[in-house]
Amino acid sequence: MDPITTSTLCIGGIGLASAAALAVAEKYLSVPQDPRIGKVAEMLPGANCGGCGYAGCADYARAIVADNAECNLCAPGGPACAQAIAAFLGRAAAAMERRVAIVLCCGDDTEALRRAAYNGIADCAAAQATAGGDKGCAYGCLGYGSCARVCPVNAIRIANGIAKVDKALCIACGKCVAACPRKLIKLVPAAAEIHVLCSSKDKGPAVKKVCGTGCIGCRICTKLADGAITMDGFLAVVDYAKPLTNEETVAKCPGHCIRKDAPPPTPNS
Amino acid sequence: MATIPSPHTFRGGIHPAYNKALAAAAPIRELPLPARLTVPMLQHLGAPAKPVVKAGETVAGGQLVAEAAGFISAPVHAPAAGKVVAIEETLTASGRACAAVVIETAPEQVWQPLPTFPEWRFTDAKQLIEHIGAAGVVGMGGAGFPTRVKLSPPSDKPIDTVILNGAECEPYLTSDHRMMLEHAAEIRIGAEIIRHILGARSLRIAIEDNKPDAIAAMEKAFQDTDGDVAVTVLRTSYPQGSEKQQIFSVTGREVPRGGLPMDVGCVVENVSTAFAVFDAVVNGRPLVRRVITVTGDAIAQPANLLAPCGTLYSDLVAACGGVAGQAAKVISGGPMMGFAVSSLAVPTGKTASGLLLLSPKKISDFSSQACIACGRCVDACPMRLSPAELSQCIEADDIDGAEPLALMDCIECGSCAFVCPARRPLVHHMRRGKAVVMARRAAAKKTP
Repeated sequence: MDPITTSTLCIGGIGLASAAALAVAEKYLSVPQDPRIGKVAEMLPGANCGGCGYAGCADYARAIVADNAECNLCAPGGPACAQAIAAFLGRAAAAMERRVAIVLCCGDDTEALRRAAYNGIADCAAAQATAGGDKGCAYGCLGYGSCARVCPVNAIRIANGIAKVDKALCIACGKCVAACPRKLIKLVPAAAEIHVLCSSKDKGPAVKKVCGTGCIGCRICTKLADGAITMDGFLAVVDYAKPLTNEETVAKCPGHCIRKDAPPPTPNS
Repeated sequence: MATIPSPHTFRGGIHPAYNKALAAAAPIRELPLPARLTVPMLQHLGAPAKPVVKAGETVAGGQLVAEAAGFISAPVHAPAAGKVVAIEETLTASGRACAAVVIETAPEQVWQPLPTFPEWRFTDAKQLIEHIGAAGVVGMGGAGFPTRVKLSPPSDKPIDTVILNGAECEPYLTSDHRMMLEHAAEIRIGAEIIRHILGARSLRIAIEDNKPDAIAAMEKAFQDTDGDVAVTVLRTSYPQGSEKQQIFSVTGREVPRGGLPMDVGCVVENVSTAFAVFDAVVNGRPLVRRVITVTGDAIAQPANLLAPCGTLYSDLVAACGGVAGQAAKVISGGPMMGFAVSSLAVPTGKTASGLLLLSPKKISDFSSQACIACGRCVDACPMRLSPAELSQCIEADDIDGAEPLALMDCIECGSCAFVCPARRPLVHHMRRGKAVVMARRAAAKKTP
């Protein structure tokens, strides 16, 4: 037999044998999967961000169908996605509130002191490991962008030595929360507009020494906020479970660290 | 007693400018007692010590102020008599925050000694180990490993060789050198106590050949010692003072990966640690002070100061005539393994061997570039790692990829970064990678 025929027969034979083996395996060894899992996975946005706590969209879909997981855990999908899945599975649509990440520090390079010239690796954890970081404030944003690098949707910008989250882009996956070595980033309701942008637990004079926009623990805001701002030692902290609308807190803050979000830009501008 | 050249030398290593002449001729000078001491609770490897005194209490010199918090930990004693004014948080030279006992020193010094063992030759080893542990003695070469732990190896790991580390390969630093010149007799007794505790047959004193006066001093001190004792003269090469490299240079034995010196029957102790052991056992003085080299071209009078642990760096600088010109960089330790500090309001500790102030002309501000794959770091690495590959893994956040390349074997000696023509911050990458792995291991331990 000539080599072409031999090889054709060999390869063809192997192919046929494998096909037969696969057919048998399909019949006797197949694992039945709930067809709803695939459908739910299609409804999810497919960002695979892991913000829900599962290993990706497919795993979350499996958890919803098989393990009865809540269907409102997908931040990128939002309420629309949660409602669609709930309707498909015939469950009650759980309420869902959109959340966004926020960096609780506003001490940029104009306001906050840098106590050393750091020329090591541009990474917040690496800077923190070098003599505690170059920022004068032991609690402030180092601004080397470890959070921005892990953000799957590029919602974090570093400007003037400080990280800022773009509220419109954020999908609340929580990756930046884990990446920040100083634990400055929090997930908060997107509807909240007034924040205390400081995390320093130092006493007032110590804060003033290193930052022009730090919380000095004066407690003026707690009297105006109707319980929505509480004190954690020398730091004012917003309780996001309560509504905070009194803009006087912003105007009266002597540390200038209570800020109101800028209104979202209109589509035309 | 003999003097022998080292039979081996580790592979790799570098030859930086040693710059030891600045402080090598300055005799050890006792620092006048500072008015205030900030005694950190973290002066050793392991868990920070737990304070046992409260603000307002009066303490005597040598009194216990904090007890060891775990197996790998060490107690801390008051370096001087005075009043505890506060227990507050301080930054250590390595950048970690820890609690510190602040003592306002009294003009009248009262001293509360520990028990002494003048007949240590006839004292049980266990009792001596307990005593050395209670005196807070830790490795003074830099890592601060509790000496008590080093001196109690498990019974299946017999120790046959004690190596006294007097290599001091770190550029600029001369504190161990001066100790060997001025306290040779005390170091000898300390070394013999260590040998007695471990029941080791051999004792080697390892010194680099750029310190002939120290070699002569140790030869003289040890000349009538019994048994297999020798001064081993090491070739001058960095990092000869590193434990694993030194064991190879002195004995030809290689510590297995992830292993300890005891796995090859060795224990390495710094010469200053030997002095501290002597002080604790014979004089009943806990480890509360040490010699620290204050040097660099930006210090007015480089000196070797005997300072209590807890002295602020600013006090040391003031005692050396202050800053000459401008100090562009301040390093706690030596230039290779030390930590840059951003403030002089940092206290010294048991492991602080030097304070280096460099003028702007010694500092080059550079930016790093991409690896050009020249392989010089691979040649220089004394641990036989591939720093280029490791650093690129860590840079790409691929810690899982770096771990099998023996990331945790890195001793952070800085040889790779020293030779890198692309000026890559290789050690900084390693430190970051190692920190991530350590954090993961700690988390895995917590949630079994």
